[in-house]
Amino acid sequence: MSFFRKKIYACAGFNTISLGSGRKEFHPKKPRPGIEYYIKEAGLGSINQIQNPEAIDEGVIGNFVAERFCKQGNLSGFFPMVHPTFQYKPCIRVEGACDSGGLAIVVSIKTILADLADVVLCIGVEVQNSVKAIYGADYLAAAGWFSGERKEGHAYFFPDQFSQRAGACFEKFGKEKVLAGMAQWYVNAIENARKYPPAQEFHNKNPELFATGMTPPNPKVFCENINVFDCSKVSDGGSAMIFASEEGLKKIGVDQKDATEVMAYAQVQDNLTTPPPDLTKLSTCAIAAKRAYERAAIKPGNLSVLEVHDCFTIAGLLAIEAAGFADYGEGADFVKDGRTKLTGTIPTNTTGGLIGYGHPTGATGVREAVDVVSQLLGKAGDCQVKIGADRPYGMMSSMGGNDITVVAMIFRQT
Amino acid sequence: MTLDDRLQNVAIVGAAGKMGSGIGVMIAQEMAKLKLKAENKNKVYRTNLIDISETALDGLRGYMITQLTKVAEKSTVHLRKLYEKRQDLIENADIIRTFVDNASSVLNFTTDLNAVKDAHLVFEAIVENDKVKTKIYRKMKKLCSPDTMFLTNTSSIPISYLDEQAGLDGRLIGYHFYNPPVVQRLVEVIAADNTVEELRKIGDELGKRLRKKLVPSCDISGFIGNGHFIRDGLYALSEVERLKSTFRYPGAIYVVNRITQDFLLRPMGIFQLIDYVGVDVFQCILRVMRTHLDDTSLRSRFVDKLVKQHVIGGQYADGSQKDGFLKYERNRPAGIYNCSKKDYFMLNDKWKKKVDAKIGSLPDGFAPWKALLINPKKEDALQSHFDKLKKMDTLGSRLAVDFLKKTKAIGEQLVNDGVAASTKNVNAVLTNGFYWLYGPINNYI
Repeated sequence: MSFFRKKIYACAGFNTISLGSGRKEFHPKKPRPGIEYYIKEAGLGSINQIQNPEAIDEGVIGNFVAERFCKQGNLSGFFPMVHPTFQYKPCIRVEGACDSGGLAIVVSIKTILADLADVVLCIGVEVQNSVKAIYGADYLAAAGWFSGERKEGHAYFFPDQFSQRAGACFEKFGKEKVLAGMAQWYVNAIENARKYPPAQEFHNKNPELFATGMTPPNPKVFCENINVFDCSKVSDGGSAMIFASEEGLKKIGVDQKDATEVMAYAQVQDNLTTPPPDLTKLSTCAIAAKRAYERAAIKPGNLSVLEVHDCFTIAGLLAIEAAGFADYGEGADFVKDGRTKLTGTIPTNTTGGLIGYGHPTGATGVREAVDVVSQLLGKAGDCQVKIGADRPYGMMSSMGGNDITVVAMIFRQT
Repeated sequence: MTLDDRLQNVAIVGAAGKMGSGIGVMIAQEMAKLKLKAENKNKVYRTNLIDISETALDGLRGYMITQLTKVAEKSTVHLRKLYEKRQDLIENADIIRTFVDNASSVLNFTTDLNAVKDAHLVFEAIVENDKVKTKIYRKMKKLCSPDTMFLTNTSSIPISYLDEQAGLDGRLIGYHFYNPPVVQRLVEVIAADNTVEELRKIGDELGKRLRKKLVPSCDISGFIGNGHFIRDGLYALSEVERLKSTFRYPGAIYVVNRITQDFLLRPMGIFQLIDYVGVDVFQCILRVMRTHLDDTSLRSRFVDKLVKQHVIGGQYADGSQKDGFLKYERNRPAGIYNCSKKDYFMLNDKWKKKVDAKIGSLPDGFAPWKALLINPKKEDALQSHFDKLKKMDTLGSRLAVDFLKKTKAIGEQLVNDGVAASTKNVNAVLTNGFYWLYGPINNYI
């Protein structure tokens, strides 16, 4: 029995350039496009792939913290700017920290399941380069518990949260092994990004990626157990995807073969005011993946492609375990052995993930979905991986905060 | 008196200049940290920023706030610990703002040299002119207490000379920061024979606090830094003279500048570096060294001509580069000065292509200085670059190899002359103060 009461499809995915340090066109002191530009650019990127944009019923915009980075609220007010026929149509802005995009695609799907719409345009967006990283760290720390954690927290609040996870893993599984896994994660992220022109690390030409990944941490200016290369990028960018019912696909003029079916999702919420139960696990991500597999009635081995939320390299390793591909404590070996590469057992983060493509926070969940769908449709260009006939599925898992808000979603070739 | 005690009242003379202003930022920062300690709660701290120009002091106010903010932004990890008991300061922005407020509250901007009178430490960073420096030290000696210690930022005047002229009896040490002082890690420390032990210790302790790399140099005019840089520059100018028959003046400057930057993998070409330091400053240091070393070869008619024509380089208040040997657009070389026309020859792709063809290509796999700086296998990359360079037979490779040999010889001479105690110290100055990827005394060639 299908998890949804009716079929839901995803199509017409689009990612803008992820702009920030690393891109040749980026200069911190030069003017850059604002958040409305990315909403429009991403939205148009999607609707240019369909025949009848006027058939789009609603919009959902995922965004984390534009009020601080851009001094801009009321983001749904930018939806009618995307296309003239969107004027006076419904649009909701959704927030769930770095999983804002994940929640946005969930809301899009729920709206269709509720029979309130046949077609929803889902846009994720964030502009973060408006301030220096030290102030951005303040804004992003809102994904933690402000009154309970921030004062005692590190200047770079979230990097430190995951540095603590890395430290716990070093102690439990061996520092050398985990560090090598983290560095290999970095290598894979950059190598994949080099194949994807919109990626922030597309221009990266460093010939010694592994050695760079192994750069010793400098706790005086950053974190105890991770270096800056272990971190996702500070990015400006947007992603968009159209979700539709069977009827909706017809209305917008998209053939089923150009869409993928959404098989199931699991949205799991942990308590922001309690510490993670185990620093060496992404417990909430694991629950989300398990529920998603059960709801889609598949196993990890049925996936041909995976997108995980590698906000830090250590999160990537733990996410591989949470997704059921490596046993507890074995994520580092799994990655070091090349099993998450484009040619590996489970190609992961094929356009570079949050470290290679970039991490425009509110857009990331949508971007992950876009990349899984592109792969399943065979439209991933130089990043394309083999989609086995017996493995027609792909999964994305996006995370907000320190394993607090998680969405795992499974897609299938039509 | 401990360093903490001395840091209660400090004066910086020549505070609005590029070196003085940077020293001011670092001292204010240290004072703000001391102020935060519970035991210092009721103490008054003062950084006296003294300069002859009221206008320059006005500009200094804004500069100090900007720089103190940058410093705070870079040290927020540490500052959060210092402010951990202030429950009202939660976000990084709160902490940075409070630190800048604390640090700027110690600043006293003045044109009155009398402000040095209560200072326990005086940093002097005025113009590099022995007569002017001597005059001001004589005045300060009269104004200050006999306990006051003096640190001079001179980059070329012997400390023993200044001490003797002003009668400071060993209360003077050379403390040569590099530009910009807040960023550059290197400080050349030059003690004269009679420099008192207490001041030597202050120099060491202060260096540690400021997280600087201290490299000792003997008290011989030019010390290690300028001892090398000035001679390197003179060699570059002699190469220009040699190459002018082939490339004419603008072309020869372009070639030597390019060889030193790209072929030798330096952060900037030699003429861009002279412009950065200031052509007039370069001339001034030449004069000081020529006088104190009694070496008439330390002169460049070409540099004299440029200064006479008011082509002096240096930087504007906002840090952008003034025109000198080269003309700058967006801080990048865009033209070359032609003395006879008293104007700049503007570079263009066609011309550059023609000249570049004459000097030949760079070795295969060339990566510029910036890329190598972050290359974790930098040593291997450098070895490979110079190995290839040696095997090539182009004008560019020959010029580069000759330059490398000359640079090494200059470094070795500094050791032989007793300016530097070791080759290690020479290399430390060039790599830390000039951001070279490798020391001049090496085995690449």
